[in-house]
Amino acid sequence: MDVLRTAFRKNIRQSGMLVALAVIVILFQVLTEGKTLRPGNVSNVIQQNGYILILAIGMMIVIIAGHIDLSIGSIAGFTGAVAAQLMVNRDVPWVLAVLLCLLLGAVIGAWQGFWIAYIGIPSFIVTLASMLAFRGATITTLSGTSIGRLPSEFRQKTTQFLPGDDWGIGGELHDLTLIIGAVLALVAVYTQVRDRQVHTKYGGEALPLPWFVVKCAAIAAAILAFTWLLAKASGFPVVLIILAALLMAYGFTMQRTILGRHIYAVGGNAPAARLSGVKSQRVSFLVFVNMGILSALAGLLITARLNSAVATAGTNFELEAIAAAFIGGASASGGVGTVFGAVVGGSVMAVISNGLSLEGVEVGKQQMIKGALLLFAVAFDVYNKKKVGA
Amino acid sequence: MVADLILEMRDITKTFPGVKALEHVSLEVAPAQVHAICGENGAGKSTLIKILAGIYPHGSYDGEIVYEGTPTAFKDIRASESAGIVVIHQELALIPQLSIAENIFLGNEQATRGVISWSETTRHARELLQRVGLAEKPDARVADLGVGKQQLVEIAKALSKKVKLLILDEPTAALNEEDSQKLLGLILELKRGGIASILISHKLNEVAQVADAITILRDGKTIETIPVPTRGAVDEDRIIRGMVGRQLEHRFPQRTSAPGEVLLTVKNWTVHHPIDQTRKVVDDVSLTVRRGEIVGLAGLMGAGRTELGMSIFGRSYGTHISGQVFMGDVEVTPRTVPDAIKAGIAYVSEDRKKYGLHLTETITRNVTLAALDKVSQRTVVSDREEAVNAERYRKSMNIKAPSVASIVGKLSGGNQQKVVLSKWMFADPDLLIVDEPTRGIDIGAKSEIYSILNELAAAGKAVLFISSELPELMGVCDRIYVLSAGRLTGEVGREQANEETLMRYMTMNRG
Repeated sequence: MDVLRTAFRKNIRQSGMLVALAVIVILFQVLTEGKTLRPGNVSNVIQQNGYILILAIGMMIVIIAGHIDLSIGSIAGFTGAVAAQLMVNRDVPWVLAVLLCLLLGAVIGAWQGFWIAYIGIPSFIVTLASMLAFRGATITTLSGTSIGRLPSEFRQKTTQFLPGDDWGIGGELHDLTLIIGAVLALVAVYTQVRDRQVHTKYGGEALPLPWFVVKCAAIAAAILAFTWLLAKASGFPVVLIILAALLMAYGFTMQRTILGRHIYAVGGNAPAARLSGVKSQRVSFLVFVNMGILSALAGLLITARLNSAVATAGTNFELEAIAAAFIGGASASGGVGTVFGAVVGGSVMAVISNGLSLEGVEVGKQQMIKGALLLFAVAFDVYNKKKVGA
Repeated sequence: MVADLILEMRDITKTFPGVKALEHVSLEVAPAQVHAICGENGAGKSTLIKILAGIYPHGSYDGEIVYEGTPTAFKDIRASESAGIVVIHQELALIPQLSIAENIFLGNEQATRGVISWSETTRHARELLQRVGLAEKPDARVADLGVGKQQLVEIAKALSKKVKLLILDEPTAALNEEDSQKLLGLILELKRGGIASILISHKLNEVAQVADAITILRDGKTIETIPVPTRGAVDEDRIIRGMVGRQLEHRFPQRTSAPGEVLLTVKNWTVHHPIDQTRKVVDDVSLTVRRGEIVGLAGLMGAGRTELGMSIFGRSYGTHISGQVFMGDVEVTPRTVPDAIKAGIAYVSEDRKKYGLHLTETITRNVTLAALDKVSQRTVVSDREEAVNAERYRKSMNIKAPSVASIVGKLSGGNQQKVVLSKWMFADPDLLIVDEPTRGIDIGAKSEIYSILNELAAAGKAVLFISSELPELMGVCDRIYVLSAGRLTGEVGREQANEETLMRYMTMNRG
C-alpha cells in the first residue's frame, strides 16, 4: 500500500483530479438515478463541451509558458462571424472558408504574440485589449444582427457523428466506434508500458507489476466502457475525434519534442531557459499563434453547432478554459501542467454542469458551484505543494 | 551582566542544510561605538546580521544575544526594530515612486486612528533630513535622488525608529568618494549623539578611518577583535592579515597543468550598466585562456566579474557592449546565447536557482535542456536517449539522488550544482565559464567540483573560474586575473599568487 501511496502522492494533482472525475461521475450517476451515464447524455455532454476542451488544451499550453489569454472567447466569436459571412453572404465554399478562418486565427494570434513576446507587454494586457476589440469586431462583422442557415454540409461534417454503423460487427452498436475504442485502449496501454520501461530502467521507483497491470486494465476498461456508451448512442461525434487527435498531437508535442520542452522551460524559469540557449521570445510567440488557431477552431465548431453566428458567441469561453486548466493541474507561476490534465479539468466542470442541470439546479447556482470548485482545486494544490515542500 | 556593552552576541552557531554558516561566533559592541565587521565574501557577515535583526528568528540558531543587558529573542524584524536595532541593507529598501517623507515613515506612519497627518509627517521628515544633512524637500521623489542621497534617506528612516544600534551593510559600495566621506562623517556624528553602529565593509581604508573596534570573521568563525585605541592605530595591512591569515589546507586535488594553444581571446571588452547606461561595469578588459588551462577571475562584490562572464556569453548582461571575442583564431563575438553555445562557450551562473535550474523538473530534463538536439531526431526527443545520458552524468558526477527522475528542487546545493555542470558538460563546450560554482555547498562537494574542473582542463577544455574565495582560486587556477571596479588591475601566475597580493589588486582604484 505504501508504494501506491507514494505513487499517488507523486502525481496527486493529476491522478487526484482523475479520481475526482470518476467520483463525480459516479456521484451524479447515483443522484440522477442513472441519467448521467445514459448513452444519449454522454454523447450530449461531449457535443456541448467539446470546444471548451479544445480551448483548454491551448490555454494549458499558454499557462505552462507563463502567460494567460483572455481573448479566446472574442476571437472564437469573431472567426465564427467571419466564417458565417463568407459561407452565407459571400458563397465561399465551406472548406475554403474553414481554412481562411483558421488562418485568420493564426494571424490574430501572431499579432498578440508579437506584442507579448517581442515588445514585452504583459499577456494579460494584450489579450484583454483583444478581448474588447474582437468582441467589437464580431458585432461589426455581423452588422448588429446574426447570420443563420449555414451550409448543411459544413454543419454535418463538424457536428454530426462518424459514419460506419453497419459493418456488421457489433449488432445494434455503432461499429466504427467500437473499433476506435479498441484502438484507443491499445494505444493507451502501449504508452503506459513504454513509459514504464524507460521509467524502471532509469527512473528508480515505479509501480510494482501487479499494480501496474491493474492500472492498465482500469484505463483500458474506462476507454472501452466510454466508447461502448457512445456506440449505443449515435456513435463517435466528430468533435470528439478532433479533440482526441488534438490531445494526442499536443500531448506528444509537449512531452516529446524540443519545442514542448522549451515551452516548459520558458514557463518554469525564463532567465534560466534563456541562459540555456532557448529562444524564449519565439517560443512565446508560437504559443499565441497556436492559441489563435485553436480559438478559431472553437469558433467554427460553435457556429456550426448553433447554426448561426451571433454577437455573443464565445462569451466567457476564456474563463471556462482558464478554470479547466487550473483545475487540471496548471500552476499560476507557469512551467507545470499537462494537456491531458486540462482535458480532465474541463471534463470535471462539464460533468458537474451536466449533472446539476439534470438535477434541475438553476444556472446561477451552477456558476456558484463551479466558482467554488475552481478555488478549492487550486487551494488544494497550493496546500499540497507546501506539504511536499517542492 | 556586563553593563558597559550595548550588544553581546555569544556563541552564535547557525546551520543551513549542508553548510555551517556560523560557528561559535561572538561579537561585543560598546555603547556609541563604531564596530566594523570584516571578512571575505561568504565569511558569514550577512548571516550574523540577519540573526541580529530577527530575519533568522530566535530558535533557528544556537547561542545567546544580550542587548542592553537583557537576553533577547527577536522573532522578526519588527521586534528587533522596536528594540532600536535597524539594519540598512546593501540593496536599499526604499520605494522609488514614493516621496522622501513617505519612505521615512513607511510602516510607521504619523497618523491618528488610521488617518495620516501630512503636516506632522512633513515636519518630522524635515527635522530628520536636517539631522542627516540632506538638503532636499520632504516631498521629493526618492527615484529622483542619487544613490548617496538615498542612503541618507535610509539613515533618516532609521533615526525615525529611535535607533540605538545602526547596522550598515556595505553602505558605501555604490557611492563615489565624496558621498562615501559624507556618509562616514554622518556615522561619526551619530556616534557623538550616542548611537552605536556596526559597519560591514570591504573598503578597508574606510574601516581603518572610522572604526573603534574591528571584528574579523573567516569561514563562519570569529578570528579576532582588534581594538583601535587611536585613529590610524590599525592599518589596512593589519586587517588583511586577519582576513586571509589561514593555512592552505589540502582541499584541492593535485593537478599537473599542460596549457595548450590559446582558445579564448577577449579584446577591449567594455560593458555598460543596463539601466544606468553611462556607468561602465566592465571597462576595457582584455584576457586570454588557453586550452587545458583553468584561469581564475578574482574581485570583490561589484567588481564586474559576473557581468564580464555573462556579457561574453551572448550578451546576457549589459548594454552598449564593445570589444571582440575570439575562439582560436576566429572572431565569434556572440550576440545571442544560442550563438555563444554554437561557438563553444558555456556559462554556469553564480545563482543556480535563479539562472541555472528548473527546480520543478527532473534531473534528466535539466541536464539535456541546453543540448536537446543531441538526444533528438527531427525535433522529436528520445526519452530513452535522454535518460541514458542523464544517468551517465549522475554516475560520473556522483549526483546523490535516488534516480534521474528526481526533482532537482529537492536536491542539496552541491548536487544541484553538479546538475548544472552536467547540463553544460552535456552541451560539450570548448570554454566553460563557471561563476562561483562552490558557493553555499559543503567542503566535500567543493572538492568534487574542483576535480571535475581539473578533468575538463585535462580533456583540453578551457575554464574561466570566477570566485570570491581566494584560497580556492589559488588552489585550483593556473593564472588569476583580478578585476576591481570593472577594470583589470592585475594578472598573477600560480606561483606568485598569495592572498595579500590578490587583495591589494582587488581593492585597487576603489573609492
